[in-house]
Amino acid sequence: MMLTQDVWEVILLSLKVTSTSVLIGMLAGIPIGALLGLYTFPGKRLIVALIYTCMGLPPVLVGVLVYMLLSRYGPLGSLDLLFSAEAMIIAQVVLVTPIMTGLTMAAVHGKERAYWETAKSLGASPLQLMLTIIREARGGIWSGVAAAFGRAISEVGAVMLVGGNIEHHTRVMTTAIILETRTGNFSAGLQLGLVLLAISFLFNSFLMVGMMNQMKTGQR
Amino acid sequence: MMKKHFRFVTSFFLLSLILLLSACSSQAPQQSSAAAPAPAPAPEKTAPKEITLATTTSTQDSGLLDYLLPIFEKQSGIKVKVVAVGTGQAIKLGEDGNADVLLVHARKSEDEFVSKGFGINAYDVMYNQFYIVGPPEDPAGVKQAKTAKEAFGKISEAKAAFISRGDDSGTDKKEKSIWAEAKIKPADSWYLSSGQGMGETLQMSDEKKAYTLTDEATFLSRKLNLAVMMQGDKSLLNPYGIIQVKSSAKKEEGMKLIEFFTGEEGQKLIGEFGQKEYGKGLFVPDAKKR
Repeated sequence: MMLTQDVWEVILLSLKVTSTSVLIGMLAGIPIGALLGLYTFPGKRLIVALIYTCMGLPPVLVGVLVYMLLSRYGPLGSLDLLFSAEAMIIAQVVLVTPIMTGLTMAAVHGKERAYWETAKSLGASPLQLMLTIIREARGGIWSGVAAAFGRAISEVGAVMLVGGNIEHHTRVMTTAIILETRTGNFSAGLQLGLVLLAISFLFNSFLMVGMMNQMKTGQR
Repeated sequence: MMKKHFRFVTSFFLLSLILLLSACSSQAPQQSSAAAPAPAPAPEKTAPKEITLATTTSTQDSGLLDYLLPIFEKQSGIKVKVVAVGTGQAIKLGEDGNADVLLVHARKSEDEFVSKGFGINAYDVMYNQFYIVGPPEDPAGVKQAKTAKEAFGKISEAKAAFISRGDDSGTDKKEKSIWAEAKIKPADSWYLSSGQGMGETLQMSDEKKAYTLTDEATFLSRKLNLAVMMQGDKSLLNPYGIIQVKSSAKKEEGMKLIEFFTGEEGQKLIGEFGQKEYGKGLFVPDAKKR
């Protein structure tokens, strides 16, 4: 594959949309997940069940819902966001936030309560408690980031619907692969697919290396 | 601590990405044959006869095949598997031997397909027409144009939004040929390429209040706030051809299908299709051996 200007553009847009979505998903999902992992309250079970369900949301369904929301005839039509990079980010945030929340919650659950019992007895504020527990559970949280990134970058149903695969505007790697295959250009589709795989592999390798280092240095 | 670590991770990640990609780009482009699937093995004698028809999305989306094929299957006892894709991929399927018969609409590519020795027994089957459609208020004044060429000229002058399919389909090729005729290279922010099928592209035009070139059948089968700006110009005719794939192992069955489409009864059915719903047939039959 010749890495033309166009191919670069597609790769960069994929990375931009995905990393933005994952960052927003982390900002929302990690604190919520930590709180759910730390505290019990009435109705918590229902919320947890809902979060686990949303971890497996069909991307196409999210795509349809966001499409209807942003359509010119929909409730948010005046924003004129349909078929834009922002629309793709909105759809992907909906997809990755539950993953971040659910996996953070599981990671926090898996930690010894003794840690934060101690912190609490030392007079830590709820915020300090949360930060402590997030630091303690970071291994599990990083794997949540990996899962969210993998889901976002390889997802095609939602970004095709709400982004529209418009050249130079919303064409990302997955939608470009579909287009190449549809036009009978199998080898280009395959090569783009391999680049996609390589990006996922690299990203996960870094997380792994980073996690290993953290585990080593962060051990008490 | 976390922040620093994150920065380290991202910079490292990007660096290796660049290394990886530059390694990719230095490779020579490989032949597509590596990725092309192997042709299907010949079926056993006992299996029910089944052939694959590669066609364009327009014949499928308009419902024409759902109307014709059951009748053919009843008469002949041959099952037809339909693969509806863009003309570009349909022809590729034929070249790779993954289809027995093609029903497509891109005359130039069809002729190449036959002359390169991939296809035999090519027939004209029917034609319909393309429309130029757009927002009813017609900001570019396309309705005043006399020809398709002139209409496209007005759109580019007004820099009115135009959505191209950009998927190498028959409709896409037609659109590109009109731009070429008008000697305009559309490559500005008003010209968007969706890389999707006709239905999705019409939907996008509706959302973005843009002009587009569409086949008649798909347009009539959708309910959208788009109006026909131009029809009936000679350059907007859209002829369909049916071709047998030379490497097909089921020549006899494939020929039966071609005979049905170009024969008296098939032609009559094609002409009648859509009359009830739209008050006019969606396709005009004109069978003729090429």
